[in-house]
Amino acid sequence: MSGSRAAWWRRLLSDPAGVTGVVIVLALLAVAALATFWTPYDPQTADVAGRWAGPGAAHLLGTDATGRDILSILMAGSRTTVAVAIGAGVIATTVGLSLAALGALTHRWVRESVAVLIDMLVAFPVLLIAMMISAVWGGSLAVVVWSVGIGFGVNIARVSRPELRRVLHSDFVVAARASGLSGWQNLTRHLLPNVAPVFIVQLSWSMAVAVLAEAGLSYLGFGAPVTDPSWGVLLSQLQQYLTVYPLSVLWPGLAITATVLGFNLLGDGLRDATDPTLRTRGGSARRARTHLPEVVA
Amino acid sequence: MIRYTLMRLALLAAGLVVASVIIFFTLRVLPGDVAQLIGGTNSTPEQIAAIRERLDLDAPLAAQYLDWVGGVLRGDLGASLLTGTPVAAELAQKAQITLPLGALSLTIALLFAGPLGVISALRRARLGGTVIGVGAQTLAAVPVVWAGMMLVVVFAVWWGVLPAQGFPRDGWSDPGAALRSLVLPALTIGIVEGAMLLRFVRSATLQAMGQDYVRTAASQGLTRTRALIRHGLPNVGLSVVTVLGLQVAGIIVGAVVIEQLFSLPGIGRMLVRDVSARDLPMVQGELLALTAFVLLVGFVVDLVHRLIDPRQRESAA
Repeated sequence: MSGSRAAWWRRLLSDPAGVTGVVIVLALLAVAALATFWTPYDPQTADVAGRWAGPGAAHLLGTDATGRDILSILMAGSRTTVAVAIGAGVIATTVGLSLAALGALTHRWVRESVAVLIDMLVAFPVLLIAMMISAVWGGSLAVVVWSVGIGFGVNIARVSRPELRRVLHSDFVVAARASGLSGWQNLTRHLLPNVAPVFIVQLSWSMAVAVLAEAGLSYLGFGAPVTDPSWGVLLSQLQQYLTVYPLSVLWPGLAITATVLGFNLLGDGLRDATDPTLRTRGGSARRARTHLPEVVA
Repeated sequence: MIRYTLMRLALLAAGLVVASVIIFFTLRVLPGDVAQLIGGTNSTPEQIAAIRERLDLDAPLAAQYLDWVGGVLRGDLGASLLTGTPVAAELAQKAQITLPLGALSLTIALLFAGPLGVISALRRARLGGTVIGVGAQTLAAVPVVWAGMMLVVVFAVWWGVLPAQGFPRDGWSDPGAALRSLVLPALTIGIVEGAMLLRFVRSATLQAMGQDYVRTAASQGLTRTRALIRHGLPNVGLSVVTVLGLQVAGIIVGAVVIEQLFSLPGIGRMLVRDVSARDLPMVQGELLALTAFVLLVGFVVDLVHRLIDPRQRESAA
């Protein structure tokens, strides 16, 4: 496994889209790590005298209506973004793999009904799930994380289930079972490693969805509390001054777009790098496959 | 075909049941007392009792659910806790904004994604194709709200050619004014939604270009582009139809956010308002209506796909 892993890393890094994705995601992580102990200014401290400063040496991206440094808010906000992406990823993994396993490895009637259920649940847009949960518990980042996790977990299940079924019936797994490997050993040694490529790709895309959902829901007032540094909250605060200071809205939007693009490209690159059927054929076959991301926010 | 239709209809019905169960029970699984939560901390015991009475909270959950579903089947989606307005009536009224907005968005998305997607596939090795491809990839990552804000800045603030917000008070009695206020919101959703559709059209076209029938037609004297247009594009169209259901779901979600940004009194804004106010009967009705719409579109899309794709017809016979 380790040899082929090195090979797909090389393939990922030889693809311009893949490299861009890796660079953006690493940059996001670096900024979030840096922001935990340093930002140019305190992102929460208002400075009324210095409100609406233009971009310049003192404030690289300018200040907002209360004189807060926009760059500092964005840096601090990246931590919220990373936390939501990771949280949603963990839940999506748990939900997705459990549903996929239920739909692939259980008794025939259980797995058929789980398969139908997965197909139905896929139709529920993430944002509507989030609004439904918000109506009950009120909006919060936890709601964003759970709704993206559940919503995208179903997507992961839909893609991983047939993959699990396929591997389950492949010769080497049948052979492993015949030679006395237990169900659990089989799952961890043969099934999961073989589903991993498909699953990692989905995970990367689910993080893109999580970033968009956080921004959209925070904008609507169902995500991060208004006092927290968050890109979506900043977007909604700056919207009130859109007609007077249109430039300031540029920055949070660019930050969100770049991050979403990064996770999408990383997912695309991983898909191309891990899919063995694409290895021998030329570029057009590789580019002929695309995923259709869901609009979330 | 009849057998397929019946099977698909059963699936639609099952989907609606599952949706209604999920929506109903999620909105009922509250930590603590629903009535207390809706009434707020300052409400008197009498007010709480009144809310319990209105929502019929003392009945068993299953009975409450059946009661609600029974009402839905008779066209009664419930009524607002705060104003008493029937959900169905308000939905019908707000749909006069959201439906045209959605239709306009979808039209814009198709008009912009179709031709550009095919062109970017045909010219994939040239600069133009690459620019379109990269542009679509980037646009697909843009948050809808922000795209709307940027369009407002350009069209409303700088050029002043279109209204930045709002909808005429008297609705569609002045169709020109009403339409003008839908242009920017629809453009926003259409562009972002279209960027995703474009990537899909592009990959479907690339796939068609690699097919044997296109190569054969080209070898018989057609240019590759003509061969693709005559034999490949119908197949591209077919695969576009299959993702229309997903597109409609995306447009509904886009409308929720965009109606807020543009202060359009449609279904999306209504949902945001009612979720904020925790008007549970309203939220319940709205979510069911929206989900039912998405499922219904999926149903129609599947049937249409079956009808227009000759391969599927034969396999059904």
